[in-house]
Amino acid sequence: MIIAKDDLPTFLDGLLGTYQVFVPLADGGESRYVPLAPGGTFTWQGVNTRKPPKEILFPQSEVLYSYEVGGDRVELREHFDKTKRVVFGIRPCDARSFLHLDRVFLEQEHQDPYYRERRENAVMVGMACLEPASTCFCTSLGGGPFAADGLDLLFIDLGDRYLVRRVTPRGEALLREQPALFRPAGEADRLAAREAEEKAKSLMSPIPDLSGVKPWLDAGFGDPLWDRVYEKCIGCAVCTYLCPTCHCFDLTDEAEENQCVSGVRIRTWDTCAFPLFTLHASGHNPRPTGKERFRQRVMHKFRYFVENWGEAACVGCGRCIINCPVNLDIREVLREIMARAAGAGVSA
Amino acid sequence: MSKQEELRATARRLLAENRVDLILGYTAGTLPLRTTPFFARTPAEADLLVWNAFCEYNLTNYLPRYTGNRVGIVVKGCDARSLVGLLQQNQVQRERLYVIGIPCAGVVDRRRVALLAGGAEITAADITGGEIVVRGRGFEKVLPMEEVLFPSCRRCRYGNPVLADVVLGEKVPERKETYEDLAALENMPAVEREAYFAREMAKCIRCYACREVCPMCFCKQCFVDGTAPQWLSRWVGTADNLFFHLGRTMHLVGRCVDCGACARACPVGVDLMAFNRKMIKDAEALFGYRAGLDPEAHLLLGTFDPNDPEPFLFRG
Repeated sequence: MIIAKDDLPTFLDGLLGTYQVFVPLADGGESRYVPLAPGGTFTWQGVNTRKPPKEILFPQSEVLYSYEVGGDRVELREHFDKTKRVVFGIRPCDARSFLHLDRVFLEQEHQDPYYRERRENAVMVGMACLEPASTCFCTSLGGGPFAADGLDLLFIDLGDRYLVRRVTPRGEALLREQPALFRPAGEADRLAAREAEEKAKSLMSPIPDLSGVKPWLDAGFGDPLWDRVYEKCIGCAVCTYLCPTCHCFDLTDEAEENQCVSGVRIRTWDTCAFPLFTLHASGHNPRPTGKERFRQRVMHKFRYFVENWGEAACVGCGRCIINCPVNLDIREVLREIMARAAGAGVSA
Repeated sequence: MSKQEELRATARRLLAENRVDLILGYTAGTLPLRTTPFFARTPAEADLLVWNAFCEYNLTNYLPRYTGNRVGIVVKGCDARSLVGLLQQNQVQRERLYVIGIPCAGVVDRRRVALLAGGAEITAADITGGEIVVRGRGFEKVLPMEEVLFPSCRRCRYGNPVLADVVLGEKVPERKETYEDLAALENMPAVEREAYFAREMAKCIRCYACREVCPMCFCKQCFVDGTAPQWLSRWVGTADNLFFHLGRTMHLVGRCVDCGACARACPVGVDLMAFNRKMIKDAEALFGYRAGLDPEAHLLLGTFDPNDPEPFLFRG
């Protein structure tokens, strides 16, 4: 379908009656997906927001349930978020990250109902990348600047109009809510979209071959590589908190002041970069230094997740590269691993 | 010989003569406007060291990890003051260090460059004389260096290292130290100031990059990481974030040297320097104390002087 660019604000505004609409916004040092106000507008020039849209489905802090001890029983009240949402302007890499989060939170024996409620009530509307950044490497991880995996709709900017690809019935239904704004795409529109896609792909940095990473990691736990590769890591959470696929969390109880008879259980993001991550109650820590913690991040993304789900827990968005306080570049780490894999004769 | 060539020659010699086990320095980064910390262990690796205005990291932060090694370290003026702080607090041993001081005219504030360049991706940056040339897809922009230096650098009095075994290159002129940047916040009505800090705190994602990159944050366990009792909630929100930042600020009084590493590391642009600089200003105004100048001096908060002003006391 085709929608004129001038009609986009009308489309988004029209959704506000039913949905909370998130759009990408840059504000000072911050850039992330924020709720759109009625009649509000936004312009987004960049590729990726500093913070990924992950927090819409999986907030950094959330109340899971509240409890109250009274008489002879404990009353529990779960806090589900059933707000209907449309997230607009998602980049294909971030959309792909939702598939990884789905696996962790939904596709196992036990589903995570808090995530599920948000996920099922969110319509994901993507925006194809016309000019990927030099730090983008989505194509090395099964994605692409025009990929639609994880999305319900994909918008493609054709100058004065968007070509809208309908990816799921849910996305199609969203368009039908305001049919007057859309017209069927013509052959010229489709051709323009294909050309834009070819151009975007040609702008991607050359694709490093990552096929040897997993086989090397399988045998590389004790390799001397880990003694040096983490050395400049300062142990902050920038790479993991800004990662669209990182999903580790912590659970804590927050008792209220009245002698702990009531309170809430909260879930907050956690990170393998912190010493507390695997600190045991005994005081023992199986990952006592930055070396073990950094290795865990690489292993989880490029070995364990591959073993569990057949794909790496990385979508090549480049946020950890751009925002690392000391320029520890995951691409360099992967290159070093590939070089070792080649030297050791390890192959996929 | 450029400072960078001098640096490489010095590092090569130190490693070849086995006077140090490693050199903490900088090497080329993978992104424009960046370098990256580098740990040179062989004379050949010494040739990968670089020196330029993108050497924004305070490498003294790494020193407490290398207590068993003889370390050569590259320091700018502010880094040298951090090193003095580490010596005052017995975090490093002077006799294991070889300090390579480089007079520094300031480091580039890469976020400011990005802002002035219009926000499009910068794919190349070169410094020529007093200017920085940045390029991206379809644009080129020339900016005066003075406008893109990190704010603390623009009013830094201590560009020349206060402590070094060797100083490479010419001294840089001393700049005028001012606190004009604080005037706007200080003169703000309290309600507005509170709103300002609330906005800044709401941005924080508690990644603790500010803490992890700070040479003075060497506590074995930070007060916010205690679990029994848990002093600070894991909840990330304005009030809890403020608790952390105020705790950190108060813990840095008389120790922070205004190097700005925390603000440069912050991924979401929290105005951390407002806290730090206010404490620096107060430490000097109230107690005449400047951090990181004398390794023999006692710390401000480790000293009691009956003549200390106590304006907060009744008839103080």
